[in-house]
Amino acid sequence: MRSLDEILSYTKDLAFDLNFKEAKKWKAENKGRVLVGYLPIYFPREIVHAMDGLGVGIMGAGDRKQIIKGDAYYQSYICHLPRGIMEMALDPNLEDFDGFIFPAICDCVRNLSGMFKLIKKGKFQRYFDYPQNFDAFIGGEFYRQELYKIIEDIKKINGANLTDQKLNIAITLYNKNRRMIEEIYNIRQQYPWRLSAVETYHIVRAGLSTTVENHNHILEEVLVHINEERGEPMDNIRVVISGSFCEQPPIGLIKSIEMAGCYIVDDDFILGSRWFESDVDENTEDPLGALVEAFLTKSTFASCVSDLGNPKGKRLVELVKRRNADGVIFSAASFCDPALLDRPELQKECEAAGIPHINFQYHENTGQFKVIKEQAGTFSDSIKLWA
Amino acid sequence: MAEIKEAIKENSMVIQKDMLAGLFKELSTAQETGKKVVYTFVPGNLTELILSFDMLPVYPEINALQSGMRKKSAAYIREAEKIGFSEDVCTYVKCDIGMMLTGNIGPTGEKLPPPDLLLLSYTGCFTFLKWFENLEKLYPGVPVAMLHTPYQEDGKITSDQIEYMVKQLKDDVIPKMEKVSGKKFDMKRLSKMMENSAKAEDLLVKVLESAKHKPSPIDAYFAGVYYIGPIFTAFRGTEAAVNYYTELYNEVQERIRLGLGPITPEGELKEEKFRLVVEGPPNWTNFREFWKIFYDMGAVIVASSYTKVGGVYDLGFRHDPDEPLESLAKYCMGCYTNMNLPQRVNLLADYVKEYQADGFLINSIKSCNSFSAGQLMIMREIEQRAQVPVGFIESDLVDPRYFSYANIKNRLESYFQMLGQRKVIMAQEATI
Repeated sequence: MRSLDEILSYTKDLAFDLNFKEAKKWKAENKGRVLVGYLPIYFPREIVHAMDGLGVGIMGAGDRKQIIKGDAYYQSYICHLPRGIMEMALDPNLEDFDGFIFPAICDCVRNLSGMFKLIKKGKFQRYFDYPQNFDAFIGGEFYRQELYKIIEDIKKINGANLTDQKLNIAITLYNKNRRMIEEIYNIRQQYPWRLSAVETYHIVRAGLSTTVENHNHILEEVLVHINEERGEPMDNIRVVISGSFCEQPPIGLIKSIEMAGCYIVDDDFILGSRWFESDVDENTEDPLGALVEAFLTKSTFASCVSDLGNPKGKRLVELVKRRNADGVIFSAASFCDPALLDRPELQKECEAAGIPHINFQYHENTGQFKVIKEQAGTFSDSIKLWA
Repeated sequence: MAEIKEAIKENSMVIQKDMLAGLFKELSTAQETGKKVVYTFVPGNLTELILSFDMLPVYPEINALQSGMRKKSAAYIREAEKIGFSEDVCTYVKCDIGMMLTGNIGPTGEKLPPPDLLLLSYTGCFTFLKWFENLEKLYPGVPVAMLHTPYQEDGKITSDQIEYMVKQLKDDVIPKMEKVSGKKFDMKRLSKMMENSAKAEDLLVKVLESAKHKPSPIDAYFAGVYYIGPIFTAFRGTEAAVNYYTELYNEVQERIRLGLGPITPEGELKEEKFRLVVEGPPNWTNFREFWKIFYDMGAVIVASSYTKVGGVYDLGFRHDPDEPLESLAKYCMGCYTNMNLPQRVNLLADYVKEYQADGFLINSIKSCNSFSAGQLMIMREIEQRAQVPVGFIESDLVDPRYFSYANIKNRLESYFQMLGQRKVIMAQEATI
């Protein structure tokens, strides 16, 4: 078994490899394999796995790539994520990808799907609509049709046939993946010093660029290590981060929050990898139906899904209580309509529940964290002194 | 700033003004008369269905744009920002919520009634979903009917998408309307209204397509926003709408017969110098000044995407009395911002050609990602395909902080100079 330092070094590189070398290497090993890139937030990678493919998360260029061409496609008042992705699309970063999925998160990502169509990037470019009706016979049927479209897209490329057996295997693997990620968060809830938020981020994000089998192996090893004592407890407060589900915060921002005295005990950074609150049914005769049913009934709360009847604010408060957190940091990307339009109601719910909160905005390539660190530090001090 | 003169009005404008005044009067007395009120959106609206239950629709975007035109939006936006809405987000939402927080006084100065039903038929704009989640919290206990409109991802409307929408209408939307209104759904009544819808739609298309004449008898953007008013909002499906569009059509025909240009707020445009296709919504806070920059330069907008936001009728869609629910589904999915980017590019490139435009201009709106995200690529594509000069300006819907008159005027003047120069060069080349 590798040492934790070796794993952390590996996942740090893998998480931010914007050339996706490992995924491309995997594809090159077998002629029938396909690579399908998907944007935040959630996409059922299980179906790609069952079609002899690999779903690769494209979370933006972050602060790891200079944006030159991408900026020419977007006005100043549009978030940063799509310009980084356009830059990668126009550079060789996304070569060898067979298709791209644009989940229904906002109008920017939706329209980016059309831009990929216009530049003919990949063999298919598909906007992936989430149902906003949660009746199994209405929204469920619609969602099933959405999944069929992707299955057909992949089949046209590699001729693969989706079988129940293959999909059940994929579901089992991803269930295991989600369970182990959750286990890491549970351990961190009790012992947040054993694995920093940045290390956790790298480990989870690495899973977007490699096979689920390899990522499960990584997670198994990490769990062994963090079940042992490691690091030193600090006099930090415990916070939940909310609003960073699409355009990802720069690592410097996550580090600054921790260095300012806040243990991040839960977050929505790589929310798609933690989408379901319990397992998708395994070994059923209708595994596609199991994925549909899971989306309708087991999804976590997110800004891209209508919360009528099950308000996000209440679910955030429950999460804060479950994680025994002291407060919430609302950290959203600038110009992110879904996160920023949710924020007032989420704040109101926190206030009603007596949960302290602060907020700030960032770009994925923000380079100055002094103000954020001071703000988070003051938040931490105020809770330690007066809460 | 430009000097604004008293606006000149045609008969159709007077008719429309009376229609709107009547609606807002009815809304202001809804609680006394017992009429039920439905808040909903313009793109993908279900006006005929609402009216078939004798309920009254309220369109928050219309209230917001009216607030912008009446210089009230800045204060409303500040109210919403005070309670935590970011400066970055859609100003229609903030204006609407600010208006509600300060008494919900509508455009005519009369108080708007609270909703009895929130009908979220959201089409082509993700923000609508967030908007109504916020309204649901502002009006606790008010039922919400959700109609999810699938995007034209593949550039077409498919049978399974229609089925999905019809199922939502039958299983969720209509039962909630029956409950709120206390009336049974009447398919025949809905069907009858759709006959009126189709008549008005035919007339609207004829009015908009009149801009193919030279000179164009209409401005299909600045005046166009008035032309679409009744059909995009509370009157589609009514005889009043048919009467309005008949009057408007006759006026336009008369202008064509007399060889007249479009009516501007300062009278007829005497000389059509430039014909433009415009993409994106207008700015509402400085609407007259914005328009004046164009008509002062002899620029006429011959086609625009904004006048298709509540239905791209010129592509052939009509509400169909023979299949009312299916046609509501098709209507919702067919609205402009629910079309994918390649479809939008094709439509705009066709407009440039069919309307013999000299140029293509984008008014990019800071608030509206549904329109704005991708517009710079649309601009490049149109430039390549249509081979006309393209222009790009930026403003906002209802936040006056984002309307810079001098910047916009400078840019447009440079753009018109370029168009003028090009015309001279092309004329010279034609004589060689």
